[in-house]
Amino acid sequence: MNLSTPPSRGAGFVISNALADRLFGWLTRGAALFTLALLLGILVSLAVGAWPAIRQFGVGFLTRNAWNPVQEDFGGLVMIYGTLVTSVVALLIAVPVSFGIALFLTELAPVWLKRPLGTAIELLAAVPSIVYGMWGLMVFGPVLARYVQQPLQALLGDMPVFGALVSGPPVGIGLLSAGIILSIMIIPFIASVMRDVFEVTPPLLKESAYGLGATTWEVVWRIVLPYTKTGVLGGVMLGLGRALGETMAVTFVIGNMNQLSSLSLFEPANSITSALANEFAEAAPGLHQASLIYLGLVLFLITFTVLVCSRLLLLRLQKNEGRNT
Amino acid sequence: MTIMTDTTTDTPAAPSRNAKLVVRDLNFYYGKFLALKNISLDVPANRVTAFIGPSGCGKSTLLRTFNRMFELYPDQRAEGRILLDGEDLLASKDDVALIRARIGMVFQKPTPFPMSIFDNITFGVKLFERLSAIDMEERVEWALKKAALWDEVKDKLSQNGASLSGGQQQRLCIARGIAIKPEILLLDEPCSALDPISTARIEELIAELKADYTVIIVTHNMQQAARCSDYTAYMYLGDLVEFGETEQMFFKPRRRETEDYITGRFG
Amino acid sequence: MSMTAAPARDMARQARFSRRKWINRIALFMALAAMLFGMFWLAWILWETLRLGFGGLHLALFTENTPPPNEESGGLANALFGSCMMVALATVIGAPIGILSGIHLAEYNPRGTLAVTVRFVNDLLLSAPSIVIGLFIYATIVVRFKQFSGWAGAAALALIVIPVVIRTTENMLALIPASLREAAYALGAPKWKVILRITLNAARAGVVTGVLLAVARIFGETAPLLFTALNNQFWSSGLGGPTANLPVTIFQFAMSPYENWQQLAWVGVFLITLIVLGLNVLARFFSRDK
Repeated sequence: MNLSTPPSRGAGFVISNALADRLFGWLTRGAALFTLALLLGILVSLAVGAWPAIRQFGVGFLTRNAWNPVQEDFGGLVMIYGTLVTSVVALLIAVPVSFGIALFLTELAPVWLKRPLGTAIELLAAVPSIVYGMWGLMVFGPVLARYVQQPLQALLGDMPVFGALVSGPPVGIGLLSAGIILSIMIIPFIASVMRDVFEVTPPLLKESAYGLGATTWEVVWRIVLPYTKTGVLGGVMLGLGRALGETMAVTFVIGNMNQLSSLSLFEPANSITSALANEFAEAAPGLHQASLIYLGLVLFLITFTVLVCSRLLLLRLQKNEGRNT
Repeated sequence: MTIMTDTTTDTPAAPSRNAKLVVRDLNFYYGKFLALKNISLDVPANRVTAFIGPSGCGKSTLLRTFNRMFELYPDQRAEGRILLDGEDLLASKDDVALIRARIGMVFQKPTPFPMSIFDNITFGVKLFERLSAIDMEERVEWALKKAALWDEVKDKLSQNGASLSGGQQQRLCIARGIAIKPEILLLDEPCSALDPISTARIEELIAELKADYTVIIVTHNMQQAARCSDYTAYMYLGDLVEFGETEQMFFKPRRRETEDYITGRFG
Repeated sequence: MSMTAAPARDMARQARFSRRKWINRIALFMALAAMLFGMFWLAWILWETLRLGFGGLHLALFTENTPPPNEESGGLANALFGSCMMVALATVIGAPIGILSGIHLAEYNPRGTLAVTVRFVNDLLLSAPSIVIGLFIYATIVVRFKQFSGWAGAAALALIVIPVVIRTTENMLALIPASLREAAYALGAPKWKVILRITLNAARAGVVTGVLLAVARIFGETAPLLFTALNNQFWSSGLGGPTANLPVTIFQFAMSPYENWQQLAWVGVFLITLIVLGLNVLARFFSRDK
């Protein structure tokens, strides 16, 4: 047995490697810094683009109900209202349904069904929003008008509060249909996050609750949900972010009417994203365009706030958990 | 055997003779936590030295200072001296890569790289040497033979390293370490993830390897230390409690703590 | 005394238990209903897309440009081509930046200030409305060059690719056990080689999945193209001017009153669904392959 002499290990290799190491480190660092620059760039360019409108209308823009390109009088209330209302409607529908779906997928579904159903829900999340939008306009809108809105109006039209909510033309276009389409869009997002976090609940925890004689529902509601609340909240926030920023699914069905004359959910209305989608390419440079960019900035700041709030909430929940244990 | 023939065949009375690796006053910190307390020991050349002790005693930590692996993590640091053939590794101005090339390491779990068996071996070699295709093939064969793996894989060198069994993967990792011709081999609980048969093969291999390399093995398995090491160091809570010939350590330990641990009255 | 209390206690338990059982039944029934509700929409949407789009499939779709209103012939060739060009370009630009950035987050001091900041900003970009990305590109590129262009469209799409790829790359790299890295370092490998040859290689399937999902995502994105690439009725050989693309074509045709345009829009929706779902299935296949 002969151990050949240890090789002379070239210093050249090491030097070129050290150089390559440094270059590669800079490269990845540059890419990471690019991400930071991107955020700054977006904020700055939007602020600059919106500046004429900011100077003209100030913060009052947010609460002004006016949109008149001819007289160059702009205010964002209608769009901001539309964005918030459609997102709230969407969450009201999507959160309970997603919870039910996650519950079904983790506790009820037979094993052979879990995977295909889970995959189907995830695929639903991948369908481009323009598909939802077009389907909403062409297929769902008319059905909604015929089978939901008209009967509802007949039923509730004379009642004081509900009457106001359901007044207006029952054409299947407006805040309600936009909210419903949005909810269909975000259900898969929220449901798959909820399913994922439900599944990481330790089996031992669930089994000990079952061992005390708890029913499935009690285990999920009293054990699994509290255990996974941070993840569940994260999923809901993800869905809310989607709903606020969604363009196409809303633009097709919201009606694009800059009005806020009643509280009716049936009325055609407008949202920030649909106003941008419909008007921006044709808007004259100047105050009109600046006002639209102002709206975009507001939208960005809203989603920013949602994210930060969810982060802070999660942080607080985590801290509380730390204190409890 | 062409190197280190000056090693006396009779068992030296103290491990300090023919020391390959000399550790002096070594302190190691995880952040503010002192994990190794003033360690001094001499690792003899061409022998197998085992570090034993309960988990958390610092045996793996000590091993990982020898190739400065701790430098990968920002809050870990070592103080003291570690001399490899008289050259201080911790103070060395050489690139750490050159030090690591002289010291091979094998981990608890097999770590085949995500590439073919052949490339697993050549990956390390190519870092330091430019070899012709024929020389490279020779080197791969040599390393695999040395790790007693050649016969099992010679027909499937292009297969992915992960396709091998656990024991074969671990021998592949040993071959990979040998291929760059180090002087020292560090084995960090190399058999803890293996079945008894694979373990026996690795232990056989270790016995063969000490002819050419200085081998240091960390193990939580005392029988393993007794079976395949020449020297044993018992560590506890960051202290080196006792260090001596394996036989002496197991049959008449000088310290009470060592005896308690070895006889199972502790830990 | 305890003898007489026991039956009473049992009866109370029994009554309470039957109530709990009913609540449980109702809740589980509602869960089943929610599942059916969710599947119902999926089935309905896919069915309508298939019914209204599949009928319009013919070869001319891929050979002829978008037609003028009220004309029988015509296809979507220019839109498909433009979309593919922009998506390809966006991927080629966005994926490497995303991967490099993800590497930085996972491999270079993952708990450092820079990594923590970039991770947060990336989450922000991930949830940023895509139409805002369009606005940003409009303000920086379209205004500067004084025209809508395919380049601008591709840039907008690239900015959507980047955060998606960063997220998946980082997550996938974080799953690679530290011992694999250490094993490579123990051989004396330099960091860049450890990352490129070992860790990134080990995480390959996951990273490819991330890129595929990003491609699927931008293929269906409409909003960021509305005022960057705009649209074009004709074949665009380069990306220098307004460039035809599938999503915006669908949007314009669907909102139009012309029957033939609406029919083409359905075909487009069918195609886009097919492509996007196909890419998703492919991505799943890749990640399962591991």
